Amino acid sequence: MIKAIKNYFVQPKWGLQLFSDIMKILLMIAFLFPFYWMIVTAFKSYTESMAVPPTLIPSVWTLEGYRSTFNSGLDILNYAKNTVIVTASVIALQLLIMVPAAYAFAKREFPLKGFWFGIVLVAFMIPLQLTYIPVYLSMQSMNLVNTLWPQILPMGADAFGIFMLRQSFKQIPDEIIESAKLDSAGEIQIMLRIMLPMCKSAMVTIAMFSFIGTWNAYFWPLVMTRNESVRPLTMAVEKLRDVEMGIRWNSLMAANTLLVVPILIVFIFASKKIIEGFAYRGMK
Amino acid sequence: MTSLSAFTTEQLRELKRIKRRSWLMSYAMILPAILFLLAFVIYPTVSMFIMSLYYGNAMNPYKKFKGLDNYKVRPDFWVALRNTAAYTGMALVLVMVISILFAQWMYKSRKLNNVAQTVFFTPHLVAGVSAGFIWSWLMSSQPYGLFNTVFNALGLSTVRWLDDSSTAMFSIVLMNTWKNVGYYCLIIMSAMKSIPTEIYESARLDGSSAFKTFFKITIPMISPQLFFLLITITTGSFKVFDSVRIMTNGGPGDATRVLSMYIYDYAFERNNTLGYACAAGILMMLLMVAVTVFDFGFVEKKVHYQ
Repeated sequence: MIKAIKNYFVQPKWGLQLFSDIMKILLMIAFLFPFYWMIVTAFKSYTESMAVPPTLIPSVWTLEGYRSTFNSGLDILNYAKNTVIVTASVIALQLLIMVPAAYAFAKREFPLKGFWFGIVLVAFMIPLQLTYIPVYLSMQSMNLVNTLWPQILPMGADAFGIFMLRQSFKQIPDEIIESAKLDSAGEIQIMLRIMLPMCKSAMVTIAMFSFIGTWNAYFWPLVMTRNESVRPLTMAVEKLRDVEMGIRWNSLMAANTLLVVPILIVFIFASKKIIEGFAYRGMK
Repeated sequence: MTSLSAFTTEQLRELKRIKRRSWLMSYAMILPAILFLLAFVIYPTVSMFIMSLYYGNAMNPYKKFKGLDNYKVRPDFWVALRNTAAYTGMALVLVMVISILFAQWMYKSRKLNNVAQTVFFTPHLVAGVSAGFIWSWLMSSQPYGLFNTVFNALGLSTVRWLDDSSTAMFSIVLMNTWKNVGYYCLIIMSAMKSIPTEIYESARLDGSSAFKTFFKITIPMISPQLFFLLITITTGSFKVFDSVRIMTNGGPGDATRVLSMYIYDYAFERNNTLGYACAAGILMMLLMVAVTVFDFGFVEKKVHYQ
């Protein structure tokens, strides 16, 4: 430790470095500050949340915000349940649908392969913002609007996910599959015993993307649902603003922590993996 | 052909059977994914175009055929388009400049830099709704709003952020810059890390200044990633919705009513205007395609690929 400090001050231009590092630390504090502000506001009383000037640390830590969130007349637990069910179902459905498709596109030959992959490519370029009106209408005609299905089914196949999985299946050498075939392993066995374990990392990344995407989803549930009982937590926070007379920031921030903190916890435990995944997606 | 004669007809039939079974298996594997994409992406896009030719509502989209009438641009479409363009322009400049500066500042592998990368990336993972609420609270124009408290303490006058039509859009861009800059920074940083150190070394030996090195070496070397950023930020900006809806809901007045919001309003909040919404959606998609094609046609020529 002392040696590290000593080394710091013998490097050339240490003054400049020190200045740059202090600025960096200040900037980091500024970037995290909104989260801090959300959390402390959640633990302030209603009166303290409107104090002028605002208090940086609550003078009294209270659960008043959480109490008023849960007593607002909104069934917060039901919203949370919907978010959890939808998120888990989307992850499961996506893996179930995308893994076999990606495997076939990566490792098998079949007629019209290029054509089918072309469909995946085209789908990749079409944004959700364009497809929601017809999708909503079909859900309506199937009487599914008051269920969780419209939030789950349309997410079943994600073109980008198919690309990514296909890429990682491709990296597995063909010899491994051939030798498994010689040992008379069936297709399904090859997939379960050989392919899946070797693509664990890609699958975890896919699951992580759909966790973050679905947990945070707001636009899709907004356009797909007409009934509070099937709506997710993101919509509950918005609804909370409307049902309370005047904005109660402490209770709003309390509800917001329910949405944000699980994501932050996952990030703390898997930050390296998550950052790698996003960097990979950016590089294609 | 000669090799075939080595097999008996019996064996040939067997081979054919195996091959057919094998491609049936392949089809079984891709079928679910293809069906889902057809049902939820391809079909809706086609159907959206057909609906854009009709007058109708969510209960009955095909009340009356109107041809291309819905494509006659209405004045409020121009407002939405202008707002979207303003958002896109501001987001492009802010996000590009800041993420390049940040990346240049902290791409070197050091403990502090690694921590900083993680910290700047954090907001990207949070829901647009959550981020929108937190920033609405920070930007409150009430006396207890935090930003204004700080501004007043510094002797600056109160800014009405989201409540003023001249600052509302910029405030939303600011929030989204905070949210996204860490992600774009990450992409630029990994590009910078892959620049061979020998290039910098020889530039240094030639006595090139840090400033010159940055513009003559770093920027050209990372241009493929800058190009990727250009496209993602532009198309992303066209789709912006969550944060706008939470922070201003299009207001004050129409100051922040962006395209995606215009489409949403016409699709669900008004009567018998589904056709307009679909037409606007198709126009939005064409615009996005146009931007991408333009980028590829004109900007890509200047991009240096290794």
